[in-house]
Order: sequence, then structure tokens, then C-alpha cells
Amino acid sequence: MTPATSLDGSARIAEAFARAKTEDRAALIVYLTACYPDAALSKACFEAAVDAGADILEVGIPFSDPMMDGPVIQAANQHVLEAGTTVTDQLEMIASLRHLEVPTLAMTYVTIADTRGYARFADELAEAGLAGVILPDLPISEAEGWLTEATRRGLATVFLASSVSTDERLEAIGRRSSGWVYATGLMGVTGVKSVSAALTRPLVERVRTHTDLPVAVGIGVRDRASAAEVARYADGVIVGSSIVRAAGEGDPSGAPDRVAALVRELRAGVAER
Amino acid sequence: MSTTSLSGSPELETAREGYFGRFGGQYVPEALSGALTQLVGAWHDAQADPAFEAELDDLRRNYGGRPTPLYLASRLSEEAGVEVWLKREDLAHTGSHKLNNVVGQALLTRRMGKPRVIAETGAGQHGVATATAAALFGLECVVYMGAEDCRRQRLNVVRMQLLGATVVPVESGTRTLKDAINEAMRDWVTNVDSTHYLIGSAMGPHPFPTIVRELQKIISIESTEQFAAQAGGIPDAVIACVGGGSNAIGSFAEWIEVPEVRIIGIEAAGEGVGSGRSAATISEGREAVLHGSRSIALVDDDGQVLPAHSVSAGLDYPGVGPEHAWLASTGRGTYLSATDEDALHGFRRTSELEGIIPALEPAHAVGWLLRHGKAELGDGARVVLTMSGRGDKDVDEVVEVAGWDVGVAKAFGAASPGVQDGHGEATVEPGGAAGTELQP
Repeated sequence: MTPATSLDGSARIAEAFARAKTEDRAALIVYLTACYPDAALSKACFEAAVDAGADILEVGIPFSDPMMDGPVIQAANQHVLEAGTTVTDQLEMIASLRHLEVPTLAMTYVTIADTRGYARFADELAEAGLAGVILPDLPISEAEGWLTEATRRGLATVFLASSVSTDERLEAIGRRSSGWVYATGLMGVTGVKSVSAALTRPLVERVRTHTDLPVAVGIGVRDRASAAEVARYADGVIVGSSIVRAAGEGDPSGAPDRVAALVRELRAGVAER
Repeated sequence: MSTTSLSGSPELETAREGYFGRFGGQYVPEALSGALTQLVGAWHDAQADPAFEAELDDLRRNYGGRPTPLYLASRLSEEAGVEVWLKREDLAHTGSHKLNNVVGQALLTRRMGKPRVIAETGAGQHGVATATAAALFGLECVVYMGAEDCRRQRLNVVRMQLLGATVVPVESGTRTLKDAINEAMRDWVTNVDSTHYLIGSAMGPHPFPTIVRELQKIISIESTEQFAAQAGGIPDAVIACVGGGSNAIGSFAEWIEVPEVRIIGIEAAGEGVGSGRSAATISEGREAVLHGSRSIALVDDDGQVLPAHSVSAGLDYPGVGPEHAWLASTGRGTYLSATDEDALHGFRRTSELEGIIPALEPAHAVGWLLRHGKAELGDGARVVLTMSGRGDKDVDEVVEVAGWDVGVAKAFGAASPGVQDGHGEATVEPGGAAGTELQP
């Protein structure tokens, strides 16, 4: 056990946001698909991301039918599944990241958690050293069973908020979330369009009226400029597809260096505000 | 809101809205929460508005060609050893039952003020129906269809395009129906303000399974009356093919509370249950969340969705609607399966004995009935079988897959690629019966 895991997931995440805040910047949250391009390089990519300044990691557990993901993350999921990698293999890779001093959350689809059984899945995530989980197709109205298990294991559960969410739903999202609230930066799937400030800024402000949790913006943030733009009004900036693209393009052995280069850019962006 | 007002059979559902026992629900991204709430509201309003029912009824009759006949298939009955009454959805406009649902949802789309509809399609029947309604109502229409399905159901692709729809071939995953649904969901998440996702089967997040059931229920409302008038009394069994399960749930709906009537759903078993190349979800699957609801699906131990297989694009789906999962789990419904070979047998014999070329989907139900009906239901049992669509779309595929040469190749020399590919040595004389196991 590393010292970090003596705190529950929410507290570790809160610390990461607080640290960024003392540096007068937004927190940088970096997503990569587990075991992409392979287990060893994936581990190296996550380590490189942390060295380059990521504050929080999201590790995607691949699903065959990722409804909220655009072509880049779909292809990464497909690649990992076609390599014959199982969820157990991915959890093993994830457990190898526990020495990193940043909180790490699993991002996957409810089918994966449900098929394994919520109790077992929560146990395995906690044992792998994870701080929390994001299930984009588990809305608050269906989340009760999962939340019971997540809470039991000290895992944070981050819910998504959308510009179409009613105030009533935003209130419930704020109340049920732990770690942060994930404000979606546009109407759409990952990695296709750019963040829409016109939709996102008012959403972040609405979420803040319902919760004291940090609010991070993801979907549509891809580079230094868009990270800087979002950092002006959000507590955290989540980047996924462009990092997965960097990991995947070119010689696989160069993936960690390419990830590090992009993360450095993004880290500069979140401090620009 | 109460479940009662949304449902046709309140006492058969649990108290939780949108659930059938433990199946159903709304497992969707938050971005769709508003659209689903709006749809529930529009559906409630429509149910309370006599003008909605009146317009739907007018369209069903005068545009859609309802009621469809209930026809006693005497020669098929003789061969099956049971009395087969065909509910002729194949005679409805667009050639299948799909328009029943589409017209209702198009009216809802108009009530919600949305200018655009999207749809998924497997065999193309739902895509054609959606394109038809979009033309009728002046809506923009985009249909997602697996690239593999575009190939094997080319006729329907052309029909959709003629009707003014954009057909998007989906190259991801298994390039079939499940991937078309994923892509339609992604479009919906992106364009939800302007767009209604016109789901074609009794699946997806609440309220879709209920709306589709209620709109398809016209099948069993008509067949109840027709059977009583033409045959007298009630049938011993109602049989329909099940992919996602829209024609089946519509065929069953009015009979669910009549315990004397057996409810039998026939799934597509591809190369056989246990072969690893099957789409018999209820027979082989497990409880899982897929495409917005908790139901039964073909998933592996990790929850990864397994590729389904069926000769019929419309049944080639690794999931099933939640109400069917519930009917199966309570024992009210019996879910069995027919293989590709059974379906081809049903296809051929319905054509030869009744002069009705069935779609490959209901051909599964016919194939099962011919092979197992008498043993399962008893000699002379009276059966209503939903002929959910016509088979014109399947002719090329059947010739290729079954290797039947009906003389076209000879007459035209170098035949079309579809005909040339598959039949090889199976060529027989025109008018003769085809390959060995398909021989009647």
C-alpha cells in the first residue's frame, strides 16, 4: 500500500484540485485507454503524463460498444480488445500505476461494471489503487446500486452534467457526485468537435450553484489554446482523444514521449488563465 | 407520473416507471436526459389527445393499408400439422410491420417540433419505413446501417435513397445492426436538440420499449378480432420472430393477459445454439445493459458484446427488448430458436406452398413451426404467426447463401455478382428443388 491509498478516493482527488488551485491554475486531467498500445507502453505513457504535469489520470477500460466515444477512442478500444486483453489484464496494468502520486480514476461503461457485478468491480478497482470511477452511461437515476458499492470501498463517483440537464438534475448530480462534477464541453461524443464556450461556461456556472465540488470540463478540449480557454472558468480540464491520438500515431515505442510532449503543452495551457 | 397511464398492461409491470420487472431503465449519457423526458411528455400528451389517435388511425388505414388480413394458410397448415393463420404484415405499406411504429413516432416528432429524424436499420425494413414517414412529414432523415447489411440488403438501401433519406454505412465493430445503433446514438447525443431518434425495435432506453409496444400493438388488436370472427375463439399459440422484438411484442401484447394462449418468440440461431455463430439472445445470453436498457444480451465474461450471426440482417442483433427478457424470465413467454437452415426452409416452403415470399425474419418462425410446431403444440393446434415482412429484399441473399439457382444465371449467362458467387455446384434445373437439406 502506498501512503496515498490511506485516504479515500474523494480526499485524494480533492487534494489534487487544491494543489492546482494554490498554484493558481486549473487541474489537468489526462485520459488514456488502458493497455494501449500495449500494457508496457501504456504504463510508460501514464508515467510520462504524470512526469509532464498531469494532476489526475483517467484510465479507460475498453468496451466493445463505447456509445459516448468518437473514432479515436473507439479505435483504441478496438485495438486493445482485438489484442485479446481482458479486464483482469487491464486492472493488472492499472495496479502497476499505484506508485504514481496522482489520483487515478477508471472510466468505462456500465455494461463492464454490471457484468462483473458492482460489488466485485468496486473491490477490484479499490484493490488496484484507484481513487474513483466515471461511468458516462450511468445517469444518477440508475446509479443507486453502484453508489452503494463505490462508497463502501471509498471510491469517488464522478457524474456528468450536460447543458441540457435541468436544474433539478444538476442539483442531484452535484449531490451524488464525489471527486468532481464532469461538465461536458459540447453536445456530442469525444474527439470530434471543439469545446463550445457558449454552452460550457454557463453550464459550469449552473453546476457551481448546486455544489462545492470542483467542476472539470471535458469533451472537446484538445490543445493548449482550448485548455487555456477552459481553465479560465473551470477548476479542471480533461483531455482524452488528442492524447490517445498522440499515443497511437507513429512508432509505438515513441508513444510515451509524444504523450509527454502534449501533456507539457496542456499543462502550460491550464496555467495561462 | 404513474406507470399505469403509460402502459397498456399496468398490473404486469412493476411500480418503477420504465421497468419490466428488473429489465428496462434508462442507461444513457446525461446529454440524452432532456430528450427522453421530452419524449415521455410528448407521448403522454399524445395519449390524452383524441386528435393524435384519430390521425394515427387515418394514416394506418388510408396510407398504411391497415387492417392487414389474417389468412388461413391451408397448404402450409397441412405440411406443418397445425392450423396456421398468417397475420399479413407483409401486405402493409413498405412491406413490413415497421410503419406501425414509425408513423406514430413521426407524429410525436412533429409534436416535439423536431425537423430531423435518425434511425438504425438492420434488414433495411425500419430504415425504409422511417424514410417513408420522413418523406410524408417533410422531415430530414438519416439512416445508419451496418456496411455488411448495406451489402446484403442493397434493395432497401436504394429504396431509402429514393425516398430522400441519407444512408450512412457504418464501418465500425461488426458492421451490422448493433454498430448502426451505436452510431445513431452518437448522432443523437450530438444533435439532440433538432433530432428525434426514431428507434425501430422494442429496445433502447425508456420510454422507447413501451412506445414501440403500444404502437405495434395494433397487430394483436386486429388479430384478436379477426381470429374470433374467422376462426372462432382464441388461438392456442401466437408466434413471432424476435430480433429486438418489435413485431413480436406487438403480436403478443393483447394476448399476454390471456393465459390460455401460448406466446412463442423465435430467435435466430444462425448456425445453431452453441455454435458461437448465433443471434439467439434469450436462449444463449445473460443479463446485461446494452443500448440504454437492462435486458439480456450476448456478452462475454467481461461484458464485451459478442458478435451475433444470422442469415437475416433484421435478427442479427446480440440484444433483445427488455419486455421480452421479462416475459422470458417470468415464464409467460417461451423463447425458442430457428437456425439459418430452418429459416431458409421456411422461406422456400412459404413461397412454394402459399405463393407468399416471406422476409427471412418471419421465415424463422415458419421454419420453426414446420420442424417443431406439431410436436410442441399438438396436432391441429391453432396458431397465429406474424408474417412480419415480405421477402423481396432477401432474394439475392437467399440465392447466394442457399446456393439456389432458380434459372436466372442460365438465362442471363454471366449473372449478377450476387448470383454468381454462391451457388456453384448446387445448380439444379429450373423448377426443380434446390440443395439437399433444403429439399422439401
